[in-house]
Amino acid sequence: MEHIRLPKAENVRLLNRLSPRRSCVGTLYLTATHSIYVESETQVRSETWVLHSLICRLEKQVNTSTGSPLLIHCKNFQVLHFVFPQEQDCVHIQASLQRLSQPEQYEELYCFSYKPNVDEAERKEEWSFLNLKAEYRRLGIPNSLWKSSPVNQSYKVSDTYPAELYVPESATQQVIVGSSKFRSRGRFPTLSYYCKDNQAAICRSSQPLSGFSARCLEDEQLLEAIRRSNPRSDFMYVVDTRPKLNAIANRAAGKGYENEDHYSNIKFQFISIENIHVMRSSQQKMLDVCELRTPSMANFLEGLEGSGWLKHIKAVLDAGVFVAKAISEEGASVLVHCSDGWDRTAQVCSVACVLLEPYYRSLKGLMVLIEREWVSFGHKFSHRCNHLDGDSKEVSPVMDQFLECVWQLTEQFPCAFEFNERFLIAVHHHMYACQYGNFVGNNQRERQQLGLRDKTHSLWKHLWDTRGDYINPLYRTDNCQSQGVLRPSTAPYCFKFWSGLYNRFDRGMHPRQSVEDYLMAVREETVQLEEQLASHKEQIEKLENKPEWTGEAEEGPPLSWGLAPGGFVPQAGTPQDYSGGFIASSPCQQRSPVDGLAFTPPQNQTSEADLSVGSEQESGIADVSFNSQLSEEGPGEPDPDDAAYSAA
Amino acid sequence: MEFAELIKTPRVDGVVLHRPFMPTVEGTLCLTGHHLILSSRQDNTEELWLLHSNIDSIEKRFLGSLGTIIVKCKDLRMIQLDIPGMEECLNIGSSIEALSTLDSVSLMYPYFYRPMFEVIEDGWNSFLPEDAFKDLEAMTDEWRLSEVNRDFRVCTTYPPLVAVPRDVDDDTLRKAAGFRHGGRFPVLSYYHKKNGMVMMRSGQPLTGTNGRRCKEDERLINATLRPGKRGYVIDTRTISVAQQAKARGGGFETEANYPQWRRIHKAIERSNVLQDSLVKLVEACNDQSHSMDRWLSKLEASNWQTHVKEILTTACLAAQCIDREGASVLVHGTEGTDSTLQVTSLAQIILDPACRTIQGFQGLVEREWLQAGHPFAQRCSMSAYSNSKPRHEAPGFLLFLDCVWQVLRQFPCSFQFTEQLLVLLFEHAYASQFGTFLGNSAAERVRLSLPEKTVSLWSWVNRPQEIDHLSNPLYEPNSLVIWPSVAPQSLLLWEGVFLRWNRSPRCQEEAHEEMVHIIEYNKELQNKVNSLRRQLAQLETQEPPLQTP
Repeated sequence: MEHIRLPKAENVRLLNRLSPRRSCVGTLYLTATHSIYVESETQVRSETWVLHSLICRLEKQVNTSTGSPLLIHCKNFQVLHFVFPQEQDCVHIQASLQRLSQPEQYEELYCFSYKPNVDEAERKEEWSFLNLKAEYRRLGIPNSLWKSSPVNQSYKVSDTYPAELYVPESATQQVIVGSSKFRSRGRFPTLSYYCKDNQAAICRSSQPLSGFSARCLEDEQLLEAIRRSNPRSDFMYVVDTRPKLNAIANRAAGKGYENEDHYSNIKFQFISIENIHVMRSSQQKMLDVCELRTPSMANFLEGLEGSGWLKHIKAVLDAGVFVAKAISEEGASVLVHCSDGWDRTAQVCSVACVLLEPYYRSLKGLMVLIEREWVSFGHKFSHRCNHLDGDSKEVSPVMDQFLECVWQLTEQFPCAFEFNERFLIAVHHHMYACQYGNFVGNNQRERQQLGLRDKTHSLWKHLWDTRGDYINPLYRTDNCQSQGVLRPSTAPYCFKFWSGLYNRFDRGMHPRQSVEDYLMAVREETVQLEEQLASHKEQIEKLENKPEWTGEAEEGPPLSWGLAPGGFVPQAGTPQDYSGGFIASSPCQQRSPVDGLAFTPPQNQTSEADLSVGSEQESGIADVSFNSQLSEEGPGEPDPDDAAYSAA
Repeated sequence: MEFAELIKTPRVDGVVLHRPFMPTVEGTLCLTGHHLILSSRQDNTEELWLLHSNIDSIEKRFLGSLGTIIVKCKDLRMIQLDIPGMEECLNIGSSIEALSTLDSVSLMYPYFYRPMFEVIEDGWNSFLPEDAFKDLEAMTDEWRLSEVNRDFRVCTTYPPLVAVPRDVDDDTLRKAAGFRHGGRFPVLSYYHKKNGMVMMRSGQPLTGTNGRRCKEDERLINATLRPGKRGYVIDTRTISVAQQAKARGGGFETEANYPQWRRIHKAIERSNVLQDSLVKLVEACNDQSHSMDRWLSKLEASNWQTHVKEILTTACLAAQCIDREGASVLVHGTEGTDSTLQVTSLAQIILDPACRTIQGFQGLVEREWLQAGHPFAQRCSMSAYSNSKPRHEAPGFLLFLDCVWQVLRQFPCSFQFTEQLLVLLFEHAYASQFGTFLGNSAAERVRLSLPEKTVSLWSWVNRPQEIDHLSNPLYEPNSLVIWPSVAPQSLLLWEGVFLRWNRSPRCQEEAHEEMVHIIEYNKELQNKVNSLRRQLAQLETQEPPLQTP
């Protein structure tokens, strides 16, 4: 609370970027965890909640005649444009938010103060919802080829690796420790994924400390052991996911990549995915394009190309496809690494898993995959997501890219995934929101020290409990898309701009009717009908078997489907919540108050987006940005004015 | 028969056919007057029947004595024929080239085609102006159907019957026609029932450099305004293009002579620019380089999406004037046969729920494109692969369909038809067994006796099985105005046309089947439950069973 310099600012205007006419006036309140904007002059109480941990950048703009503008850029790509009548208010709010949004210690994060109405036993239970040991067992591990290794039990060998690791049966402790000394951060080659069908495995590590000529017998032995753990193949791939030039540059620093001459039976392959700095600046460029006020098509496409974002997404997917092919078609094991083995390596291994195994395309499967490849293997969430006030050079949208790769795949294979876009966006949201403890800290050791399992709640159980919101109605387990290996096309035209995420809060841009919501409503109704059918049959049977008429006709439940599906489906003309269900007041979303997506906290509040369309009878007239040349000629003055049509 | 001279080699055996996403077929290639046929002569393999008129261009390659012909179609498909024998290959190639570029309309396939289906309703009579006017009459008496253009005397590109303000006589119309490009005087395009506002379209006024005016023209369009109301003239050209048009005798409505009208200029491109865009876009889609930068920069350079955005925005603007500003609108560009029609037809998609049904959409195409004089024969004689220099070719109609697709994508439950209908119209506009899209105007269609000698596309579409095939399972009639978003993020590349032959359709087809399955199963259950419910009600109200004697 000591950070709040001004708890409340009045007569603050919230501008609507796409439709200026929908801007509103209200009061901004600051609390310890959220900023709450309450609109005045509306019949329905309308609130916009902004979680402070989601704020990524505050931009104070030059004062205008109407006041002092403050732009709040959020990590979930929401941009709030406030205008304060008093400059002093603006300055105080900015300073307060600056501090509130960048905690200095973990303990200040929202997850430590977030206390939903759940008792302690239940809370503990949440954390056992996902069990990685069970996941490895599901993969058939341990077995005669792979064993669990206690070597990292107390994080001595690698402080960024999990305690539980799986290595080839023949790998001795001495080999592992030796290899770990030859790898950055001690991240020696270890099992990531094992393909039961053909015994090929994906392993992951960091780069070897080979410099220009160094070699390490134990490391070579460990790779050989990995290769031999796949008896059907006489070679294995080593995939370095960095651009070759970067890898070569690392040699000068005593790091580098495997020399094919030193390792027996390996095929070495570079797949260039750029580093975190390139990705950070690429995403920023793309977001700048998203935020353009009224971009022309050329502005947008040029900007998108210039950002390079889709090129990078394609690179990650291409790498995943390479690994998946090696496993499924060549039956060869693959060792994947980059520099430290916690960014690109995590991306490539997890994309490959999604392609290889249908399980990872299910709701729970994707959770497990993220838990294994990202959380347990030490993707530095706190650094990459900038949870604490830290080094801005450590920030990078690495996990964003993985989620986007999955989204791109869902676009190509609409029936192959159990979850929908909303689920991916929810994961993205929570990765940054710090409402749950899952993504706090940079590795398992840190999380243990923070006592997250004892003090915070787990996201996965929560997502599972609300899974109704995240189901893809087109998913069919018996469908050929959802079985076996996915073989996506990675031709450039197959990649789309993900406006559902990056323009998530610009609701006017999204389709006004959702096929998915429609189908979910139909399916819900179908379930009801099935029940009715059964009960009617039963009643008829009863009546027919009854020798005498009793006159006590049972009144069946009212026919609820009379309205549906039309009743469920947002009519085109009355814009509804298409934002992906994150807005608490959406008609088909009954969320518990503790649910933390977007601005969700207690009470019934609507988002700014919701209210803005409240009374509009028809869809989004103001979203059509008509900039037209109006010709208002005076005598002898044929030049047209440049004016917005709506001013006419 | 003339075709025989053009067919040097009617038959070649051992030809191998490669098609996108289909197994290769080896068989006999036959050329007929109108078709290229490849058959393996086995029962279970698919044959290829390709209309010569669908062929945009061909490419020949030789490797030893094996010749290869790449056939590039107007529907953007590319197929490859491996033909043994250099001479055969050359003959086939030149025959295809000759047969696919026949000059005479009367040699076209629609004149020879006999329907293999039962015609339930003759499509040539399905959408008559008289019938459309009856609907209008039910709403208002402010308009009348004028026969001023009987025998196409006033305007060669208008139909014989046009709707005009009741209080304006034919003489005024004739004079106004003299003041408008191509004699295209302002006529009614759409009447907005909700507020009685209208959309009209015309050719540009012929003001010329010295500011000619025409009292009759002014009277004609002012007659459409309610007292004290202003209207909007939407000129689809930029102000500078409109200014330049003056030098060639054209022009625009000046404030001085049309004080009750406010003019808005937009920037919809003209024919050759659009054709160039199409060529570039298709080339980008076929680029094999796998480079993202290259793809995006080519996509951008094609400008196709820019056209889509501009056309859609202009249509939204027209719709906004009518529905929101409560003002009537006159739309024109230069001739009034291209960009004008894009705008007026799309505005109706947005405003009028009837246009979003299968029948209504056909009616819209008939009214606003065919009857309104879009010169289909000229515009669609070549597509994206043609090697010849374009003369009058332009994908204006395809752009319109693309825009409809964009709206359909944003409102997937508000259209009775699926994307399939749009793709179908695209195909048939460029090559067809039906006579619907032959000719450039109503007058030409009469001169060519198309209704008598050819079958209408609508006869084929409006059969139950075809309607069923084109129906959108998600359709829920929606009586509201649907305002699409025109932000660049909201406008996607129309994969169903431009990437149709690059990507396997399987996954999307499966998704569609699944969608249909979910909905069909629901309907089935509803029926079952309803019938049980009736049965139950019956049982419950039944008297105690009587003893049968």
